[in-house]
Amino acid sequence: MQQIPATESRVGAAPHGLPRLLASSRNHAHAVDLRTHRSTMQIPPLPQRRPRFDLIDAVDAAGLRGRGGGAFPTATKMRAVTEGGRSPILVVNGAEGEPASSKDRMLMARMPHLVIDGALIGAAAVGANEVIICAERTSIKALNALEVAVGERVQARERFVPIRIVAIPPRFVAGEESALVHFLNGGEAKPTRVPPRVYQKGVKGRPTFLSNVETFAHLAQITQWGPSWFRQLGTDAEPGTMLATVSGDVTRPGVCEMAIGTPLTDAIANAGGTNSPIQAVLIGGYYGTWLGAADAAAATMSNADLRSRDSGLGCGAVVVLPAGACGLRETARVLTWMSTESAGQCGPCVHGLGALSSTLTALAAGQIRPGMLDDLHRWAGLIDKRGACSFPDGAARLLRSALQVFAGDITLHLRHRSCSSAMARPVLRLPKREEVVWR
Amino acid sequence: MIAAGQATWYLSRGSGAVSLVLLTVSFVLGIPTLLSWGTPRVPRLVVQLMHRNVSLLVIVFLLIHIATSVLDSFVSISWIDALVPFGGTYRPIWLGLGALAADCLIAVIVTSLLRPRVSFALWKRVHWLAYACWPIAIVHGLGTGTDTRYGWMQLLDAVCVALVLGSIAWRLAVRPMQDPRRRTATVAAVVAVPLAIAIWLFAGPMQADWGKTHKAATPATTQDATAETTVP
Amino acid sequence: MRYLLKVDPIACDGRGICAELFPERIDLDDWGFPIIDATPIDGSLMSHAKRAIAACPVLALRLEHAPPGAVRR
Repeated sequence: MQQIPATESRVGAAPHGLPRLLASSRNHAHAVDLRTHRSTMQIPPLPQRRPRFDLIDAVDAAGLRGRGGGAFPTATKMRAVTEGGRSPILVVNGAEGEPASSKDRMLMARMPHLVIDGALIGAAAVGANEVIICAERTSIKALNALEVAVGERVQARERFVPIRIVAIPPRFVAGEESALVHFLNGGEAKPTRVPPRVYQKGVKGRPTFLSNVETFAHLAQITQWGPSWFRQLGTDAEPGTMLATVSGDVTRPGVCEMAIGTPLTDAIANAGGTNSPIQAVLIGGYYGTWLGAADAAAATMSNADLRSRDSGLGCGAVVVLPAGACGLRETARVLTWMSTESAGQCGPCVHGLGALSSTLTALAAGQIRPGMLDDLHRWAGLIDKRGACSFPDGAARLLRSALQVFAGDITLHLRHRSCSSAMARPVLRLPKREEVVWR
Repeated sequence: MIAAGQATWYLSRGSGAVSLVLLTVSFVLGIPTLLSWGTPRVPRLVVQLMHRNVSLLVIVFLLIHIATSVLDSFVSISWIDALVPFGGTYRPIWLGLGALAADCLIAVIVTSLLRPRVSFALWKRVHWLAYACWPIAIVHGLGTGTDTRYGWMQLLDAVCVALVLGSIAWRLAVRPMQDPRRRTATVAAVVAVPLAIAIWLFAGPMQADWGKTHKAATPATTQDATAETTVP
Repeated sequence: MRYLLKVDPIACDGRGICAELFPERIDLDDWGFPIIDATPIDGSLMSHAKRAIAACPVLALRLEHAPPGAVRR
């Protein structure tokens, strides 16, 4: 009889191909429980006095980049946190303020143990003795799943550092790292003056390893199956898989996992394909940019490719705009909504977003006045990089891409005060806020 | 000898009155400074500079006022009494208020000159002492001042009070306070403080025996000197 | 020693005194908020920069050391 070493007996083989993050998940409605999870993943190590540089090196070799939108090399962030001097703290950012994205919620609701393992491994790697997992107050399923998961671990007598699950106010900017840290420190979920960056001085003044939910999930799998396995999918510069939220004019909107570098058309086909011809695609959610039909047909889901098209993956949210919709009107709706989501702390953001959204709305509605286009271009340039966070930058970027991609529509609107899509139903969904709360 | 003594006495009263007038002007200029009010011909920085320079001029006349009061031989006021309140022998309460007002003013001016080395929060809180400094200075003048019963002095004070109340009203009208509790507290103070001062004025310094009663606490040796200015 | 003039956008209230005092580097946008030229400040302009910093009603301006090789943006 062959003796199976204790550490291997409960862990299964590495996932081959796709899915990876969702490999253990059979049922859309239920979270994967601890027993099922432990059949594929071993118990994370406890943090020691000093950081685990071997774990950080593995993340570096894997080339993991943040999945929250910044695509920053995770290992670099981890090393910076260990140089902070004080004992670090770890924050899992599941705030997901971007309306077009639902991957973080889904991951926390269906794979809470994968997320928690990733956080605990990250904590051991940087030497953090405290973990905070954040999700929006409205993400009830995610919050519940996390609470239940922690309870299961306690029942199973697993040892781990204190884990706190915190509900965040539902605001677009609440997931911005300085806003999240400010909220965790007792303030409002509004961005604060930077420097210092949170990896230097964050929660309770300690160096804070703050990353997206999905990043931690990948971190757990890298530690389990190694950097070479991680690099089997994806590109050299951007290895691994990513979760994309596809919505808009697709028959099966939702979250799907794909290797980075997958053609955008494949991602759309995966979501069931479109009902009408594609007019444009919004990449990166409302914080992202528009791609025209030609670009969309040729683009791949990677920052390297999208940057050459003046775009970027962002948080991986994709919204398909059908031929019958008006891109200007949709953009105007989004900008108006974004102007109500501003923290209201910086003049250029408050005034700029207001001016941009009202002018674009007027243009889309056919109320033309001379100089509108010049104003839009000028204001977009004026608000760029003049806020405390990059929220106005995102709005400016979205507007500029709309002016470029929908240039034909602009001419139509200017000349005929309308376009053929005036009667179309809105495509981009905007969350209704019952009230504005920052705490 | 007597002429010199009288000179410092009159100079002290005169410079005190001028200090009060300049303090009032500074206060009034403080409001458009706070509101960042400006016109193309009077830019905001000019308003700010006028407020600053008039405040510094107050210090000049205040120094003359303090020096002549101390040097004057009529009443005994020491240098310490000028800055440390309520320790003197001559009308300790009312003189002490003058020292208190001077302390407030010095704190405001020093923190302002040290901008931006002082934190904004500290500077702002200290600057609020200006709102206390001005009424304290008025009461000091009315309580110690030997000119209180003169019509011209009363007119001067009334004009100063009107200007200050008017500028506070301007401030509240242009930029209303957000917090309702602070707003009611402010309005209550703006009504109550002048009213209290007016009542005290008529019950105290305006009475014939103000200089002589224990309230003013004038030492017996100076009774003759003050007798010439009190109307029987 | 060269410095960069920076504004704290959260503290800034759009009062505009800085632009009056230091028009060489500070301009106002459509809404009265400062646009600061990123060219490093040295020698002759330092006194103007310091006056603007002290005169800001909310102390939103500050000077930072210019990193070596900082050029006009």
